[in-house]
Amino acid sequence: MSSKNDQSNKFSSTRRKLLMGIAALPAVPLLASTGLLSTPAFAQAPATSEVNTTGLAVTDTEVTVGILHSVTGTMAISETGSVQAEKLAIDQINAMGGVLGRKIKFIQEDGASDWPTFAEKAKKLLVNDKVAAIMGCWTSASRKAVLPVVEQYNGMLYYPTFYEGLEQSKNVIYTGQEATQQILAGLDWVAKTKEGKTFYLIGSDYIWPRTSMKIARKHIEGHLKDSSVVGEEYFPLGHTQFNSVINKIKLKKPDVIYAAVVGGSNVAFYKQLKAAGIDLSKQTLLTISVTEDEIDGIGGENIAGAYSSMKYFQSLDNPNNKEFVAAFKKMWGEKTVIGDVTQAAYLGPWLWKMTVEKAGSFDIDKVAAASPGIEFNKAPEGYVKIHDNHHLWSKARIGLAQPDGQFKVVFETPDLIEPDPFPKGYQ
Amino acid sequence: MLKSDRTFFLRPQDMIGIAILAILLVVVLPLTLDNFRLQFVGKYLTYAFVALGLVLCWGYAGILSLGQGVFFGLGGYCMAMFLKLESSSVEATKIQTTPGIPDFMDWNQITALPLMWQPFNSLTLTIIAVILVPALFAFIVGFAMFKRRVGGVYFAIITQALAAIMTILIIGQQGYTGGINGITDLRTLNGWDIRTDSAKTILYFVCVALLIACILIAYFVKSSKLGRILVAMRDKEDRVRFSGYDVANFKVFVFCLAASLSAIGGAMFTLQVGFMSPSFVGIVPSIEMVIYAAVGGRLSILGAIYGTLLVNWAKTSFSESFPELWLFGLGGLFIAVVLIFPNGLAGLWQTYIAPRLGPLFGGASARRASPPAATPPAAPSSGTAAPAAAE
Amino acid sequence: MFSDYSLAELGSIFVMQGFAGLILFSVFVLMALGLAIIFGQMGVINMAHGEFMILGAYVTYFTSQFFLNYLPGLFGAYFFLAMILAFFAAGALGMAVEWLMIRRLYKRPLDTLLATWGLSLILQQLYRTVFGPREVGVELPEWMMGSLPVTDMVEVQINGLFVMGLTIAITIAVALLMYKSSWGKQVRAVVQNRVMAGAVGINTEKVDRYTFGLGCGIAGVAGSAFTMIGSTGPTSGQLYIVDTFLVVVFGGAQSLLGTIASAFTISQAQSTMEFFLSGSMAKVLTLLGVVIILMLRPQGLFVIKVRR
Repeated sequence: MSSKNDQSNKFSSTRRKLLMGIAALPAVPLLASTGLLSTPAFAQAPATSEVNTTGLAVTDTEVTVGILHSVTGTMAISETGSVQAEKLAIDQINAMGGVLGRKIKFIQEDGASDWPTFAEKAKKLLVNDKVAAIMGCWTSASRKAVLPVVEQYNGMLYYPTFYEGLEQSKNVIYTGQEATQQILAGLDWVAKTKEGKTFYLIGSDYIWPRTSMKIARKHIEGHLKDSSVVGEEYFPLGHTQFNSVINKIKLKKPDVIYAAVVGGSNVAFYKQLKAAGIDLSKQTLLTISVTEDEIDGIGGENIAGAYSSMKYFQSLDNPNNKEFVAAFKKMWGEKTVIGDVTQAAYLGPWLWKMTVEKAGSFDIDKVAAASPGIEFNKAPEGYVKIHDNHHLWSKARIGLAQPDGQFKVVFETPDLIEPDPFPKGYQ
Repeated sequence: MLKSDRTFFLRPQDMIGIAILAILLVVVLPLTLDNFRLQFVGKYLTYAFVALGLVLCWGYAGILSLGQGVFFGLGGYCMAMFLKLESSSVEATKIQTTPGIPDFMDWNQITALPLMWQPFNSLTLTIIAVILVPALFAFIVGFAMFKRRVGGVYFAIITQALAAIMTILIIGQQGYTGGINGITDLRTLNGWDIRTDSAKTILYFVCVALLIACILIAYFVKSSKLGRILVAMRDKEDRVRFSGYDVANFKVFVFCLAASLSAIGGAMFTLQVGFMSPSFVGIVPSIEMVIYAAVGGRLSILGAIYGTLLVNWAKTSFSESFPELWLFGLGGLFIAVVLIFPNGLAGLWQTYIAPRLGPLFGGASARRASPPAATPPAAPSSGTAAPAAAE
Repeated sequence: MFSDYSLAELGSIFVMQGFAGLILFSVFVLMALGLAIIFGQMGVINMAHGEFMILGAYVTYFTSQFFLNYLPGLFGAYFFLAMILAFFAAGALGMAVEWLMIRRLYKRPLDTLLATWGLSLILQQLYRTVFGPREVGVELPEWMMGSLPVTDMVEVQINGLFVMGLTIAITIAVALLMYKSSWGKQVRAVVQNRVMAGAVGINTEKVDRYTFGLGCGIAGVAGSAFTMIGSTGPTSGQLYIVDTFLVVVFGGAQSLLGTIASAFTISQAQSTMEFFLSGSMAKVLTLLGVVIILMLRPQGLFVIKVRR
């Protein structure tokens, strides 16, 4: 395998200069008219030997990236949207003439919801396929498994999920929110507008909910005026019986239920909450784990009235997002919904393209160094910028779940929030 | 049954088989595969330890454990704890609130190294723990159950529940175990960087050497009186008991042995792959490991190794090209190995290939010593399995 | 933890908690009943039980879609039709599986475990390929959601009542079928002595096939009912499998009464512990408790004395 790639690299170093964009996809007119087209499609491609000094899979006409998500196993439910978004972004970039005059070709690997498989496939992508970047991973566990691999073999990973923070790497760009970005503004909002004083924290039992709840608790107890946490509970992943904890919630009568339940448990939790007569229009519930994707499984009528704290909602009213939603539905069907992570996954290829163009090279070290300060105006969520710590500056928003499965945006922070993966005072 | 057979625990054809395997693993594969693929083989071989244990306890003793992942995980975690402590030196972790402890503990507000972790500062103690902790755990479980004559299906389901409990515990106690992320970012073993390609190649050969040592142990157990009693027990437990043997003790022993073998595999896995996570401990990987032994042939020690390699190779190459087909393939494999070739690869070998090779090795002895090929593996209740399997 | 509350509050919360325990109990019985029939009567370990349940759930989903699109007026009643369809779909698949696979394996119980595990992998992937990897949301008629307020604090979940009613109905039906009908007699005869049963003219193969089909059919109904409380996706069936097996084994394999008693014990233990402890610990302690009791009393709570 690797020998084949060596050959293709040798082949590419013959410095044939090509005009790119001749074979552009039929989607070009569409994109041009929608304003996504910001660089001329007929730019002259710089020589491969200049833009690729480290033996990546870059030829005169093509550059290869990897897509690494689960398409089988329990996580396929969540990761499907990310794969779709990344493919859409790659298509659009190609239609505009690609990156440094080269079309993006992707190799998709299946992580199979299994962390060692993620590590194995990441290694395959980096060592055998010599991809210039990997768009991938979803769960923290998969990222933790892949991280040593991308660091050792010096790859570039664009990671889309909102996550617990406590990590920063030269080789990773985190396009989702880290925990404080997602949590703090939401709690401030709920304390102010809903006058929430008592909070009941409930989550699935693994690192992301636990870390998020830890940050939430510190914020509630230390920064919100006379607020307190009246309960904190974790349930094993895949737990489906929540009646006991619902009774406890009824007994404690918290002002706010703060939920980070995931996967199949999520569906069970909201269905049982509704069945138990907890009316979400009267009982404030703020969640950090429900996007439009999850509502698909939960059923809009079961969760209507809940608030969700995210950086992106499909219903966001801005021109970028309208174009994005239309293009996404055109590619993947009218019924598909777009959640926070899907949007963040869409940013990955774009940010990478802009970074490569700023660096003038595909070389990982140059891309990593050029990343801080990259600004993306056309992001569906609005303007974003890469911070020195490789996370994104982004806004936090609160959405109110509607019976049709969409969110109504009821609040957004006026300014971009600085990412702070190692928050002082919250550890 | 001949006296001459008993002088040495390996029969000639066993020695040839082991030699062929050794040549394949030590010479052929390293020469033909690039580093990247060879490291895969190294990883697969760690599962082969589990399959080996399963041949002994399932194939020979009739105890199907669906919780071997627990032991693989225990071994792996013991090794991972040692490596993690080594990579969490005070300098490396100086940004933490409490330097010198693993990063995930710091995130969970643990301020001192828990007692449970203390022994893993020492490599010697770690190696002892890798072998003894799982054996001890297996002893407790096995002793409680076999003394009360829990067997067969019940044992399988209870071990499955144990795997579930263990997963929930490891994920839930993340301050002590690293939670669902597992113990990651392991770097050095006594100062030796295990992440480099050369280190991985060396670890591959260490793994092969250990595997062959374990194969020899398995052959020794199989050919000893113990092995014969195990088979007799599987086929007619009551008769063995009436003959005055304490059946439970033998079962406990073989279960502990299988646990230790799995744990060695787990420790080698951690060394080669560089992390350990609860996803090896659960029910799904535990059952998948059973299929390795089943594909190889549950009565064949060497078959288990080939079965493991074959299934994993198929998994990797299938999932590279047709990820969606892979689960169909794996599912079909489970069914086929049960319905069509219950003795797995070893059975096919014995039925179709060995008889033709027989004359080459002086026919008679090869035939006599062959395990019965066409006999379906015995369940304790069936009583149909041939006693001939003893040989 | 109770000092801050009035007696009335505590009283009603205990009533609610008792009710939660009963719902869990019904859920467990419904999950385990099909498996208890298959495992108890035939000795087959059906690891694909969860996938048969999810088949029922998917059938329910498609029935609901059909009613939404074509018969919106009758939407309130679709669930009953869905359950019947789920029973027949899962039952038919079960009989097919029995014919293709299980009947060759009756003498090798551990092998049925492996084969049905393979089947469960295939079914999962089949659901994923056919129905898509995402979860589907089954829309329920309005009358089935929400709760009946009894007092200010005490509210009775309608879907809980529904599951309870369904469980009682199915349990009674199965009990009648097993212990009062001539078919039930045949099943029990085959369990006790297959050869003799065959000798007196019982078509043992047919009995096996229908028994397996019945067990799978009940799993389908259970899956259909669980769309009210859980998720419906390709791998949702996996969530139930460990609990289900423990309930059956804990009850003593050959006794329906045992299954019910064990479902009751485990559900009460779990729901009480969940109330006093945190969720994960409660689960671990329940499982551990069951495993330890099984080690002490391997034959389960109730067992028919048979000479082996």
